[in-house]
Amino acid sequence: MEYGSSVEINTEWDIVAARQLGRNEAKKIGFGTVDQARITTAISELARNIYLYAGMGRIEITCILQGQMKGISIIASDEGPGITDVRKVMDDGFTTSGGLGAGMPGVKRLMDEFNIATERGVGTTITAIKWLR
Amino acid sequence: MPREIGKHYKEILKQYIQKQDEKDLYAGQKFSREFIEKEISPEEVIGIHKSSLMELLPETSDQIWHSFDFLIEMMIHYGLALQEHQSLILKQEELAMEMKIAAQVQNSLLKTKVPSFKGLDIGFITVPAKQMSGDYIYFLNDDSNYASVAVADVIGKGIPAALCMSIIKFGMDSMQYENPSPNVVLEVVNRIVEDNIDDSMFISMFYGKYDAEKSIFNYGSAGHEPALLYRAKTGKFVELDAEGLLLGVQRNIQYEERSVQLEDNDFIVIMTDGVTETRTEQGFIEEQFIHAILESVKDEPAQKIADTVYQRLGELQNFQLRDDFTIVIFKKNER
Repeated sequence: MEYGSSVEINTEWDIVAARQLGRNEAKKIGFGTVDQARITTAISELARNIYLYAGMGRIEITCILQGQMKGISIIASDEGPGITDVRKVMDDGFTTSGGLGAGMPGVKRLMDEFNIATERGVGTTITAIKWLR
Repeated sequence: MPREIGKHYKEILKQYIQKQDEKDLYAGQKFSREFIEKEISPEEVIGIHKSSLMELLPETSDQIWHSFDFLIEMMIHYGLALQEHQSLILKQEELAMEMKIAAQVQNSLLKTKVPSFKGLDIGFITVPAKQMSGDYIYFLNDDSNYASVAVADVIGKGIPAALCMSIIKFGMDSMQYENPSPNVVLEVVNRIVEDNIDDSMFISMFYGKYDAEKSIFNYGSAGHEPALLYRAKTGKFVELDAEGLLLGVQRNIQYEERSVQLEDNDFIVIMTDGVTETRTEQGFIEEQFIHAILESVKDEPAQKIADTVYQRLGELQNFQLRDDFTIVIFKKNER
């Protein structure tokens, strides 16, 4: 029952494509305007991180079903340098004050579930889910 | 719950659109507080506004509705910034709590027992400017005829200063059975400070040792504020100062030691610069000002003298101390 599609991130324009894909999915699933904006902002941040720090990677958008619950899952993966200090990245004020945007804490707040898997020199995979209420 | 709020919001908005009455705006202002209490984000507020309008003014052109979607997009980061702000406030509260506990630990760690002595009345007060103090009083009395006191002041305030205090305390503890003279104490503590504390940290210290048998007060100073001696017989103040560099500047330093003979009702006032450098809006207070306060309570017990100085100087600055405030009084009684 799950379906999804993905966007390769190589240039800044791909961020827009990822947003568009996410917005279309979110709309299809039934999210309201405000949640659509939250979901696309989260996608934007994740895609931007790939573009800035890993150079290239992928954003995968999936509609997920779990019992009665319906939601959207974003998987951002790259084979970049990995995150050395995850705790620091998740700290408030670490990225935002640098003017880079909402940063990872922002993505976590915009979504319902958030998970980082990262290894130095291997890459990073971030999964974020938002459930339809 | 958001649905209820949405309904309520729509009602207030409807009233206002129809009549533009100030009371509806007031209702809106009160309602915005509810938004905040219920942690409704800015983008959500615009979402609620948009859907209320769609019901109230369904004829509005689509372009206007699109513009609301744009505005919602604009507000997402404001919402995040707000949440981040709230989480930082929480963190700050946690830090304040830790500071409070640290201050309690400091208090119990640095606790010192006032010697009770025949012929000598001791009073003191020490008040930190921030939660943790960079001033330190250490009393020493080994049941002999001697009562000693160290008053130290770390240059700087707050946590770094407070951490340095424990070094002094353990340095002094290590000498407590040797009953050393002031110049030796200062030499030893200087070495400990120089070896253990960061080069950018300096400490001033006054050390006094009172011989009750002979009524002689021996003292030395490591760049500390001079102490004051009040002569009961003449009603005059004498400065007690001795040569010596701040602790932690150089490893091997000699400290001068001086002594003074006390007569009945004479008293010595050892202070930190938080006392002498009390500032009012007009600038630093005059030395004579402190003399006058001391003189007005010269016949009181030592503790009363210390408390009065704090009370008067504290009042001058509305008890918003700029620096840690410490004062120790040694008053010779008739035996």
